[in-house]
Amino acid sequence: MDLFATALPALADAWALILQPVVLGYLVLGVVMGLAVGVFPGLGGIAGLSLLLPFMFGMEPVLGLALMIGMVAVVPTSDTFSSVLMGIPGSSASQATVLDGFPLARKGQAARALSAAFTSSLFGGLVGAVFLTLFIVVARPLVLAFGLPEMLMISILGLSMVAVLAGRVALKGLAAAGLGMLIGTIGVADAGGSLRMASYDFPYLTDGLQLVIVGLGIFAVPEIVSLLRQDRSIAKDAKLGAGWMDGVRDWFANKWLSVRCSLIGVLVGVIPGLGGSVVDWIAYGHAVQTTKDKSQFGKGEIRGVIGPESSNNAKEGGGLVPTLLFGIPGSGSMAIFIGAIALLGSGDIEVGPAMLRDNLDITYSIVWLLALANVVGTLLCIAVSGGIAKLTTIRFTYLAPFLFMLIAFAAFQSGQNFEDILALFAIGLIGIFLRRFDWSRPAFLIGFVLSNPVEKFSNQAFQIASFRFRKSFEEGIDYIFSPIVIVLLIVTVVSVVLGLRQAKTIMAEGEVQSGSKRAPIVFLLVILAYVVIAVLNANAIPDYNMTDKIVPLVIGGITLAALLILLVQMILRPEGDTIFADKEMAGEDADAPYGLWGTLAWFAGLIAATWVLGFILALAGFLVTFLRVRAQAPWPKTLILTACGLALMCVMAGALNRDFPPGLLQHAVDLPWPLK
Amino acid sequence: MTIKTLATSVAALALMAAPALAEVDFSGKTIEWVIPFSETGGSAKWANFFAPLLSEELPGNPTVVVKFMPGAGSTKGANWFQEQEYEDGTLLFGSSGSTQFPYLLNDPRVRYEYNDWIPVMATGTGGVAYLNPEDGAKFDGSANGLKDVDLIFGSQGATGLDLVPLLAWKMLGMNVEPVFGIKGRGDGRLMFERGEATIDYQTSSGYLSGAADLVAAGTAVPMMTWGALDENGMIVRDPTFPDMPSFKEVCAATDGCETEGVAWDAWKAFFISGYPSQKIAFLPKGTPQDVIDTYTEAFAAVRARPDFAEISSTQVGKYPMFVGAGAEKATDEATTVSPEAKAYVIDWLKESYGVTIE
Repeated sequence: MDLFATALPALADAWALILQPVVLGYLVLGVVMGLAVGVFPGLGGIAGLSLLLPFMFGMEPVLGLALMIGMVAVVPTSDTFSSVLMGIPGSSASQATVLDGFPLARKGQAARALSAAFTSSLFGGLVGAVFLTLFIVVARPLVLAFGLPEMLMISILGLSMVAVLAGRVALKGLAAAGLGMLIGTIGVADAGGSLRMASYDFPYLTDGLQLVIVGLGIFAVPEIVSLLRQDRSIAKDAKLGAGWMDGVRDWFANKWLSVRCSLIGVLVGVIPGLGGSVVDWIAYGHAVQTTKDKSQFGKGEIRGVIGPESSNNAKEGGGLVPTLLFGIPGSGSMAIFIGAIALLGSGDIEVGPAMLRDNLDITYSIVWLLALANVVGTLLCIAVSGGIAKLTTIRFTYLAPFLFMLIAFAAFQSGQNFEDILALFAIGLIGIFLRRFDWSRPAFLIGFVLSNPVEKFSNQAFQIASFRFRKSFEEGIDYIFSPIVIVLLIVTVVSVVLGLRQAKTIMAEGEVQSGSKRAPIVFLLVILAYVVIAVLNANAIPDYNMTDKIVPLVIGGITLAALLILLVQMILRPEGDTIFADKEMAGEDADAPYGLWGTLAWFAGLIAATWVLGFILALAGFLVTFLRVRAQAPWPKTLILTACGLALMCVMAGALNRDFPPGLLQHAVDLPWPLK
Repeated sequence: MTIKTLATSVAALALMAAPALAEVDFSGKTIEWVIPFSETGGSAKWANFFAPLLSEELPGNPTVVVKFMPGAGSTKGANWFQEQEYEDGTLLFGSSGSTQFPYLLNDPRVRYEYNDWIPVMATGTGGVAYLNPEDGAKFDGSANGLKDVDLIFGSQGATGLDLVPLLAWKMLGMNVEPVFGIKGRGDGRLMFERGEATIDYQTSSGYLSGAADLVAAGTAVPMMTWGALDENGMIVRDPTFPDMPSFKEVCAATDGCETEGVAWDAWKAFFISGYPSQKIAFLPKGTPQDVIDTYTEAFAAVRARPDFAEISSTQVGKYPMFVGAGAEKATDEATTVSPEAKAYVIDWLKESYGVTIE
């Protein structure tokens, strides 16, 4: 009761702080800036916040908070635009949204999908805030109850969603997830510093691949290439069907799903060290498992949009708990947020254990500013969604060059290496073939995302468990099998069993015809070769660095087994079996007027030209050539569009103080920005 | 040509920066302070704190922007900086202990040479080690009672700043098992709070904002600080924690721990590089003296601000901020280690953790 006696006045103080016109003004300003940054895939909160940092120094705390929170809060909302409209996952928060949101856009229901997503986001944000208001004062012991075994179990629960998304041939889903995990282990191992599938002679890979690049490569590149080959608009027949009111109605019809997914979002968000990577997959899995007719998932099921979108804004609220209570950032943007808070005012607000005791009113202000920012951001997004949805009716050939431009720029921002763009291309190729042969791309991505947490938590939990076992057997067992672990274990087993039973009806890649044996077997052999090399490579790590080799070996072994069984099946089964699914046999891709390699060559051309001329010059040449040759646009239109594209890039990069990839030319001659 | 001109003019609009020609006057210029880490780390916080202050003190009040170039544990950014030559004084680089250690340990990724760079400012920090209450009760100013206790420590890696505590505990004869792979000292503290780790350390600011509360609540017992350097280069008690013994005192009181000899020299060299001279701001090689002086004066003016002690408390605490010649001396100490001490550390890393640096 004591707690509430202090909490209620603090809550009242917080509202008094927030409800000043100038504070609300800063909040709206932050939201608008956040939207402007967030619609660009791959930039998101970190870029936006770094932009604000110089202004934070000595600023009135509540104003600075309003500005920053406005910006952070809308990123998981605004990145929905690119996921739904273009199939480009804007950030890790919107990967699962792509699965059903983009098919809806292709059916001409972009406005419906967007407004359902935004309404869910809004609702999730509010549920998160209400929950946090009550929960934050008692959250500390709960957060501390989540040790390494518990975090490992949550990561495994996230991984178990592979079962739901595995596709028609469960082994292929398993192998895709395994391949994703193996690719996630590339680079210097966290624990012992061994190199895996990397070398110091080629330093790029030692840091591993960035999620942004893998997300864009796996989802965006294949869709862009496929649509471009078909030379049509995203929405079939260039018509927009359902309007934004339908989306709001859809949300209302599924409000309980939204409530449940919001709570999942807050609770997983609260756990430090996991953050957003698993939440939307768990919510998506939950949406699938609670839907009676599962046949529409992957083809445009609105529940597949509402679930993840309800959870991802709620997660931002949950993420405040470790950030504010422990001073441990749950995400990159939260890390900057903590740093920025120290600059505010006289610098006496310090996040960490003292936050609740000394600054409860500020804590509550943060929680509710986040909720308010969600409301403002959502209303703005819904207001513009009808208009932006019209993008899906444009002939895709006019959109594609700009999407290539955006994803190349986004990939480069992740590490500012030219190799980032090459990696995007390479992962894009993997994505194209996974899609073509109906290997689950979501399973691959889940594997990639969870590779690092699974490896880290299992190594650390193992080390601490063996330490406890050395003390006494009982202490070890207590540590591994805590009540939370047991509950999570049961949930995981149930979800795997149910998931496998349902997986056959969920076709993340839509209907895929089967064809001859040759192409699918060749692809399988290529994957097999990589897995064998990766396993041999891991095996070469000396035994005293067991922590660095055990996970790649185990995962590689399982993947290898799955691939070998698949190979045997492929040899034994007749042509036309589902195992030989191949998009090039029939359907949209097969009927497309343009070939795969010719289309991909455009993107390769942009990359090659960038290597020689630097990004901006290459882009200018690329846009002009593409619009003239491929789109057959007249000169005036070509020039205007090219100028718009270049201007957009320069203004974005200029405002965010970012560079472009330099080429050989820039090494030889000094050029002024943006050409340098 | 039209497109190129257009792009350039748009760019000019976006930047709104016209080059000025006056000597050591940065009016209208943009100074880029490159940090070889991501936006989320401690160096980012450090540079973001100093950037606006520096901007106020430099002639012409240029905009100072912090740029991030993360990768390969900061060696990527440092290698890049090595290749930069002086142009117009608008480039500044921020190095940290994580950049200095690979240099000291002959990491194969290192292609940079500290002697080429021109230090203009350096700041440091201290560190505090603490134990869980059960084992903390066995600590009596010496580590003699802790020798047969097994302890667990959440570590970011043996070749980073954690090298200093790990080596210190080893010299005290303590049996500390590191659990590698955590990200940031905050995670280490959380592991300690959950009871999974039984020993931990924090840098001074991390200790004050996080761990001091645990000590007050009785769930942690402070053990020692790493100490601080006095003007003669001797290790003394940390001014931020005058009531806590330094590692030097604890070592002297513990059987088998020597405060001289090769092990001690090795520890001290890495301690200096990782703590009292942890973060250093550099100008590129070839910078003319008048530009160096301009920066030195600007940083001195920042340090002389009447409110500096207050606003910098979470950044530099009570530790000296070195400018000019002081920064040069600090850099020198942070980047030199005797071959014997280096060999000792490399041997110990290989033997204890299987870490080979080749």
